[in-house]
Amino acid sequence: MVFVQVITGGLLLGAIYALFSSGLTLIWGMMNFINFAHGEFVMLGMYVALLVVVWLAGGPAIFGIAAAVALAALGIVIYFSLVRHVIRGPMLAQILSTFGLALLLRYSAFWLFSSNFRSLPPNALSGTLSIGGVYLPVAQLVAGVAAIALTIALHLLLTQTTVGSKLLAVAEDRTAAMLMGIRPDRMQALAWGLSAGAAGIAGALMATAYPWSPSVGETFGLIAFVVVALGGFGSVLGSLYAGLIIGLIQAVSAYWLGAIYKDIVVYGLFVALLWFRPQGLMGKA
Amino acid sequence: MKRLSSQHLRLVLLAAALLAYPLVFSGAFYRDIGVTFLLAAISASAWNIVGGYAGQVSVGHSMFFGLGAYTPLLFYTLFGWSPIAGIPVGIVFSVALAVVIGMPTFRLTGHYFSMATIAVAELIRIFVGTWDFVGAAIGLQGPAVARGWWDLTFRSELPYYYIFLAVLAVVLATTATIERRRFGFYLRAIKASERAARSLGVPVRQTKLKALALSAAFTSAAGSLYACKTGFIDPDSGFGILVSVQMVIVAALGGAGVLFGPLLGAAILIPLQTATNTWFGGGGSGLTYILYGGIIVLIARFEPGGLFELWHRIRPQRWRRAHAA
Repeated sequence: MVFVQVITGGLLLGAIYALFSSGLTLIWGMMNFINFAHGEFVMLGMYVALLVVVWLAGGPAIFGIAAAVALAALGIVIYFSLVRHVIRGPMLAQILSTFGLALLLRYSAFWLFSSNFRSLPPNALSGTLSIGGVYLPVAQLVAGVAAIALTIALHLLLTQTTVGSKLLAVAEDRTAAMLMGIRPDRMQALAWGLSAGAAGIAGALMATAYPWSPSVGETFGLIAFVVVALGGFGSVLGSLYAGLIIGLIQAVSAYWLGAIYKDIVVYGLFVALLWFRPQGLMGKA
Repeated sequence: MKRLSSQHLRLVLLAAALLAYPLVFSGAFYRDIGVTFLLAAISASAWNIVGGYAGQVSVGHSMFFGLGAYTPLLFYTLFGWSPIAGIPVGIVFSVALAVVIGMPTFRLTGHYFSMATIAVAELIRIFVGTWDFVGAAIGLQGPAVARGWWDLTFRSELPYYYIFLAVLAVVLATTATIERRRFGFYLRAIKASERAARSLGVPVRQTKLKALALSAAFTSAAGSLYACKTGFIDPDSGFGILVSVQMVIVAALGGAGVLFGPLLGAAILIPLQTATNTWFGGGGSGLTYILYGGIIVLIARFEPGGLFELWHRIRPQRWRRAHAA
């Protein structure tokens, strides 16, 4: 029974990994650009949720949407003020731009919110459910299910709608898309909004179930790399599977080896992937 | 010929200034800044070989720094070896690690290399932090009292200053030699366009691997020097991400891929860092990194070539104006 509980917990956490990693993979696939500040977006989403709960006494639906909107806005601002200018520049500028942004956001959060661990005050999602002897916090269950639904929604948005086709068209060939009457700048800004919004809402979902501090951004950023590397760059569906797998691996290794080893196992997996299957599980060579 | 001699003159002046600095500013505070400056310049110059010249942006160079810092202290703790004997072992470990990371990632685009370096550095940091053999979270201690000069444990800052200065000279001389050799042209060709370089017959992977190994060796030496000077090392001061950040920002601010870029970057950032730490007390270190992040973003957005390139762009205009008047 304990093992079933470990597996369920791992999959539910993995669902949230999948949601924020799908944001990273979207940007990578569209622009061939790695956002080193993606984990910081998740972290900011958590604090937005906290501020909405504390100041406005908002419920889960409100703080979830608030985090998504706030981070989507931040993503679009960052696209227009920073990313658009470095994307055609040298590799150094591309990597340093978001790497510096990550530091700026992380240490600003330390400064504003201190390094103490926080958790959301009791809300509508507090409490525990018992399903056939498996005890699950309601928040974890809701967050995990919502994350899966949102990741699938993002996948459907990309594959089934006109907007998605436009996004993919810009990803495939910027110039050709422009000749078809698509404005690549708007589409790429939209991608940044979607990506950061996904990270923001993932952060809000995670905040309902787990305590956090400003340093989680670094961990989530690295986990997103691993998920994307496993799922294949640019594949939202791939990152859904990979997120669930990583969540599962983390939970099982924490259970068998001890909590401190769960990140070692995941990063070790990343290095092994780079050696043996750099294109990811679902990616093309 | 005239240009050459003016360059030589500038080099001599720079060397004289660096040699005289600790004698002119003999207070412990200023000497400490001097030593910190040299260490930052050494590690950033080492990073510069692969990150600046070859354009392979490592954001996890702390793995080599940490290996270089841990190895001498580990052999001292285990067998009582002098740090001098441990330094080359650390370099060998670092070069081996560089090959292990470079082999798979250099087949892929530059982003993979950056992601792999950050992940491996973090992996090692967490691993070292849980491994009792290397002191886990507490870390390792060096010799408390020197048994002789070979323990590299001095009470005064002065010997450290000159040892670091000598190492910096070696790193810069090596880089300057590379700049003029075929290897240096290969590196710059790879940075400009990997595909074009390959089509012209540059052995791309091999060249990148060599650059990373060389860079790792020097970074490892910098780590060893740091450990000898402070006398102890823990996972964060050896393998922490901020160690890597400092190398990147020092080199990028001055000018990545420019010989004296890291020197200029360190000359600006180290006094700045000391100042923020003094003004804002214990909370200052957080503020320092907010500042670092902001500076990195600004460099990337407006001046990826660093201050040296900015200087070269502005200078001819000033010169022309002076002559027009």
